[in-house]
Amino acid sequence: MATKLRILVPIKRVIDYAVKPRVKADKTGVETANVKHSINPFDDLSVEEAIRLREKPREKPLPVEDILVVSAGPPKTVELIRLALAMGADRGLLVDVPESQPLEPLTVAKLLKAVAEKEESNLIFLGKQAIDDDAGQTGQILAGLLNWPQATQASKVEIDGDNVTVTREIDGGVETLKAKLPMIITTDLRLNVPRYATLPNIMKAKKKKFEKKTLKDYGLEAFGRLKTVKVEEPQPRKGGGKVEDVDGMIGKFKELGVL
Amino acid sequence: MLSPARSATATATVLRSLRASQLPIRRYGLGAGGDRLASTLAILEQRDGKLSQASLGAVTAGKKLGGPIHAFVAGSGSKSGAAGEAAKVDGLEKVVVVENAAYDHGLAENWAPLLAETIKKGGYSHVIASHTAFGKSVLPRVGALLDVQPISDVTAIESEDTFVRPIYAGNAILTVQSSDNTKLLTVRQTAFPPAEAGSGTAAVEDGADPNVPSATEWVSENLTKSDRPDLGSADRVVSGGRGLKSKEEFDRLIPPLADALGAAIGASRAAVDSGFADNSLQVGQTGKNVAPQLYLCAGISGAIQHLAGMKDSKVIAAINKDADAPIFQVADVGLVGDLFEKVPELTEKLKALK
Repeated sequence: MATKLRILVPIKRVIDYAVKPRVKADKTGVETANVKHSINPFDDLSVEEAIRLREKPREKPLPVEDILVVSAGPPKTVELIRLALAMGADRGLLVDVPESQPLEPLTVAKLLKAVAEKEESNLIFLGKQAIDDDAGQTGQILAGLLNWPQATQASKVEIDGDNVTVTREIDGGVETLKAKLPMIITTDLRLNVPRYATLPNIMKAKKKKFEKKTLKDYGLEAFGRLKTVKVEEPQPRKGGGKVEDVDGMIGKFKELGVL
Repeated sequence: MLSPARSATATATVLRSLRASQLPIRRYGLGAGGDRLASTLAILEQRDGKLSQASLGAVTAGKKLGGPIHAFVAGSGSKSGAAGEAAKVDGLEKVVVVENAAYDHGLAENWAPLLAETIKKGGYSHVIASHTAFGKSVLPRVGALLDVQPISDVTAIESEDTFVRPIYAGNAILTVQSSDNTKLLTVRQTAFPPAEAGSGTAAVEDGADPNVPSATEWVSENLTKSDRPDLGSADRVVSGGRGLKSKEEFDRLIPPLADALGAAIGASRAAVDSGFADNSLQVGQTGKNVAPQLYLCAGISGAIQHLAGMKDSKVIAAINKDADAPIFQVADVGLVGDLFEKVPELTEKLKALK
């Protein structure tokens, strides 16, 4: 009898990937008010992968007992957790953290460790990075805190009993790793194509179990090791220099000293 | 415990030793010319005894900090091969080496305890790895073991505790100050070019090996073979996008142009997702960051995720049939036209120049 899978999927509310972020005039951060937010795209892949483990392969579905979607963020994050539930996750958990107090990966990992222990999770899917801070750390820190095996940047995941085989993207190609549950996997873009939540499923998701907690409930406090000194616009490039034809392009290359 | 009966001198001695044990804390706030006590561990990568040039960016970054730099290598053949190579790199005081095949595949589960032990033993204030697949996988796990918040993809070092890194796909540049006693950094390869081998004669020393077994087993790897320059460090990059329409067209047009320029080949995410090119060629937020002398792209519109990976290139050139494509806002040399005509013409004319 294979171990029942209790999957934890942390998601993050971030500025939508299609929106060009604007740096605040006072250099304290990026403008987030009245900006469209979505589930971090990599986290969308995590939710999808968790659901697929239960659905696929149809002839031999894995014993997925529970898929819990968790996020730490402002109250608006509820909408995004509900979307993940509409995709097919079982339960939602929001750890209420004010927007003014963004958490660092180390804090998030400590929170997730507490959640995973309480919920008896044995498989955690995280996105490989969040597209706002681009840190790419939470999964690995969490794996270190829990002392679980990790496979980052996964493009293929296969589970057979307690054995997990992961193909991960590395510089110059892919590599395949094997480990036993419990395990941390971070998802890369080529893992799957996330589904859209359908309207009937969005309606049904409203009835799914949802909890709200605070950091204190897990014996944690928000802390920061990093202080933002400033946030600036990148150096703008001039650009716009067009040439008429291929000869013009070669001429320009010579002029700029790259040929 | 300090008793009140102790003499002032004894107290001062104890305080001094207490401070000495907390060197990383005391160090902050000392300006230039002050008592600089930074000491850096640069984590180098090696394969079959051969040093990875890309990982030597960690040494370049270490030099910005002042203090002594020790390099670290581990794995099969590192003692006879990579450590000797590293010892020649200018600016290194010592190369710490752990010869153990368990570290051959860069598994985070045994590398993290190995590094944590090395860092504690050496009392390093800064630990730097390149922002490669290895650095990204291992260093945050070390952070967990040392209770440190790592800083990833650093593009500039302002001072011993202040670092610059891009966020939001390079649409904003963040300067952060760390209060951790040990700074764990991964550094962007294109911002910190590899330190070069010179006449250095660093001492090679065996490191401590905690021998923690890895819970993960390495099974196999499949690397894309290429005779062309490495994408991450090439001087010139030729990149193709969705505009090429098919893998056949990509393979027909892009490699000859790259060869005419002696360039590495890159691709946009759209081209990779459509199966035109291998994903190891992807340039952008979720792929590789490149900053060559010349970045020449065809059939790429210039989505912000792509720009994030190449906008630090010295010269950007673009061929696109849409005159309003965002790529032209950053391109120094833009040519509006059909790439199926322009790319072969450019290839022929470049060849003729040789």
